[in-house]
Amino acid sequence: MIPFVIDGQPVEGKEGGNVLEVALDAGFDIPRLCYHESVKPYGACRLCLVEVVRRGRARMTTACTYPVLEGIEVLTRTEKVLRARRIMIELILAMCPGDKLIQDMAREMGVQQVRFKQEEKDCILCGLCGRVCEEVVGANAIQFAFRGDRREMIPPFQGEAMSCIACGACVVICPVNVIKMKEEGDERTIIRWKRTLKMKQCKVCGNYFAPLFQLEKFKEQAKLPKDFFDVCYTCRS
Amino acid sequence: MEVRTKADLEKMKEKGLKSLYPNKTKISVGMATCGLSTGAGKVYETIQKEIEKSKLPIQLSQTGCIGFCQREPVVDIFEPGKPRVFYQGVTPERSVELVHQWLDNRVVEDLLLCKMEGEDWVVEGKVKDYSVQHIPAGIDGTPHYHQVPFYSKQLKIALRNCGFINPDHIEEYVAKGGYFSLYKALFEMKPEEIIEEVKRSGLRGRGGAGFPTGSKWESCRKSKADRKFILCNADEGDPGAYMDRSVLEGDPHSVIEGMIIGAYAIGAHEGFIYVRDEYPLAIQKLRIALHEAEKAGLLGENILGSGFSLKINLFRGGGAFVCGESTALMASIEGNVGEPRAKHIHTTESGLWDLPSNLNNVETWNNIPIIISRGADWYSRIGTEGSKGTKVFSIVGKVNNTGLVEVPMGITLREIVYDVGGGIPEGKKFKAVQTGGPSGGCIPERLLDLPVDFDRLTEVGSMMGSGGMIVMDESTCMVDVAKYFMGFLKEESCGKCTSCREGTKRMYEILTEITEGRGTMDHLDLLEELGWVTAEASLCQLGGTAPNPVLSTIRYFREEYQEHILNKRCPAKVCRALLRYQILSNVCTSCGRCAKVCPAEAITGKQKTKKEKGKPFKINIEKCIKCGMCFEACKFKAIEVE
Repeated sequence: MIPFVIDGQPVEGKEGGNVLEVALDAGFDIPRLCYHESVKPYGACRLCLVEVVRRGRARMTTACTYPVLEGIEVLTRTEKVLRARRIMIELILAMCPGDKLIQDMAREMGVQQVRFKQEEKDCILCGLCGRVCEEVVGANAIQFAFRGDRREMIPPFQGEAMSCIACGACVVICPVNVIKMKEEGDERTIIRWKRTLKMKQCKVCGNYFAPLFQLEKFKEQAKLPKDFFDVCYTCRS
Repeated sequence: MEVRTKADLEKMKEKGLKSLYPNKTKISVGMATCGLSTGAGKVYETIQKEIEKSKLPIQLSQTGCIGFCQREPVVDIFEPGKPRVFYQGVTPERSVELVHQWLDNRVVEDLLLCKMEGEDWVVEGKVKDYSVQHIPAGIDGTPHYHQVPFYSKQLKIALRNCGFINPDHIEEYVAKGGYFSLYKALFEMKPEEIIEEVKRSGLRGRGGAGFPTGSKWESCRKSKADRKFILCNADEGDPGAYMDRSVLEGDPHSVIEGMIIGAYAIGAHEGFIYVRDEYPLAIQKLRIALHEAEKAGLLGENILGSGFSLKINLFRGGGAFVCGESTALMASIEGNVGEPRAKHIHTTESGLWDLPSNLNNVETWNNIPIIISRGADWYSRIGTEGSKGTKVFSIVGKVNNTGLVEVPMGITLREIVYDVGGGIPEGKKFKAVQTGGPSGGCIPERLLDLPVDFDRLTEVGSMMGSGGMIVMDESTCMVDVAKYFMGFLKEESCGKCTSCREGTKRMYEILTEITEGRGTMDHLDLLEELGWVTAEASLCQLGGTAPNPVLSTIRYFREEYQEHILNKRCPAKVCRALLRYQILSNVCTSCGRCAKVCPAEAITGKQKTKKEKGKPFKINIEKCIKCGMCFEACKFKAIEVE
């Protein structure tokens, strides 16, 4: 374990780890939107800004992308850090004024008014959905497209996400709840990715329990017997 | 021919010398992109046809850009025993004339740019004397190359061969000392000694950041891995900058030789040149050069029989500005979206495919062979304390001489703008010079005596960048300039970081408000706040430097912002929404031209006829769309702009 200091408190992190995970484990309150322990740190939202003092030099950086290094001193609540985070959440709020979570965070961080023109976006561009789809699910169904302000998380060519297995991982991980899933009859739809899949019916209870496409993919990946998914998870256990 | 020994290299040099300095008249046409765009291709064809038709004893060749892009097409004529002459602005029609005049031992005076009686061979540290004995008639009044103001303060190291060799002929590169540095590095130096030499030379990365090249190499050499990469950044994306393009088009082997030496020093056997796809000619020249070098055994397996091997691949970038950033460039080569990532672990340890990778810019690589041949002591005598050597700039904008210039570090901005650049056209006043590309800062007149080097430019809120230099005169509005660059950067930000994506967008939005007359003094504070956070909180240096145009113009031209905000006036008369057109009734002749051209029907009056005197015309401010058509149309200067 590698020892270092956060706000005067000695902490330890494992090699290859990042400052944010150590800080959160140790109970420090650091705002973040694009960080999730199940995917690799990305550094997009810029909310987990901290100052890191290394070899006598302080610099502001995101805690999620900063590696655990021996002897560094991390400052999570300096005036500079708080000011930068405040502008950051104000910028996100101006982009997505309707997101409840963003409104709450902005209020907590002391944003009283938004000084920019308000837009009507819903996605905060944290990229968690795309990353969980790639790194955890392995489906690679969606990706960021376009540059700058036109950046958008989309299925290929903005059509139906053809490799989406409608597992719903993106739905669960989205911090602002803008990826919706619906089930109607024998169909499941991930609305944002324009993906509708037929569901498999359980031989025992008769319920539709998972998309056929997804189950086929799992069987192929894990080399499972043909009839492995004939019975749903509930009836099997 | 394959080169295996130093004797082989000498043989190739002999061959190249014969081709560079044949025993007859040789005409070279500058056919880099700047030449081609002004018609050098036609000039070349015309001369070629004339040579064939009249069976003239002339060798015709093509070469790169000699720097004076504004005066292209440039044609030079060499003949043993005569001074070499350079013609400018040559047209196909006149090209035939100057060929025949030359054969009659005369020059065409009105097209002459300069003459040359000897040529610098920088790599070998010699001057090639042309041993002039015969003087063509009419040449006396022509200045020597070094007397031309545009060239007199230049020191060509990086551009040593541009405009002098045919980039497609490896022999000509070798003739001017090329690949001898590679030989020296492979057989007379240890990798550590090469790194030491580069470190001692003081060379700093020419791509913009100015990181010490030798130190970078050292840390890459020390990184332990089975595979390492050597990379060349030729993704020159700054608007108005074309230094790297010119080097690649005119002297591609200098970059390749530098890369091979670098690869040997750090222990890499694979390399990539990342060149933007918008540079078709540079790509073509590089392809030919890589092929020629491989064919000669100077690249590929067992280079020069030394046992060292290197494969260099060409990778074409898709045109994203951000791909010039090191980690985005590597992501792009890997086949991923060109998006920067955090590099608290340096790319020299974990870069391309997480393997140690050494990335340098075109101009940096191009400097390596010369440091090896002339030595660190020689190189480090040029330049300033913290910035050694020369720097190539592409100087554009409101300046008399635009083109590619190479000057020693430490030269003042004033010398570049007024001596090399020839000052401001049309007697206008200088206002600012922007260095360092779109994210550079605008430097005002009072700082013109600033010596140009990495650190001094950063101190005044600008940067060296890759070497773009835009000169602005009094007719430029600094708020509008800041808005223009912010418009570019907001489009080219990859969009990953909130701070950069939203910061540049919001700065652009606020600048638009100010230029359209809706600015408030609070906007100035907000711009400074956004500038601060964009620079401080963004992941890569695109965001890190993006606010420079805004912050530097606020710093040096605050009054101009205030005029826009408080008095709703644009002193440079650029911001359309703030202009007020009016007709001076005492000057107006009632000719009615203004009313005829006005697309908004905002001008009324009574036109004079042969019988009747008219009444002065008037502009209805409410209806005026400020297009400026009336102003252009009025022949009597009766229309005033405020």
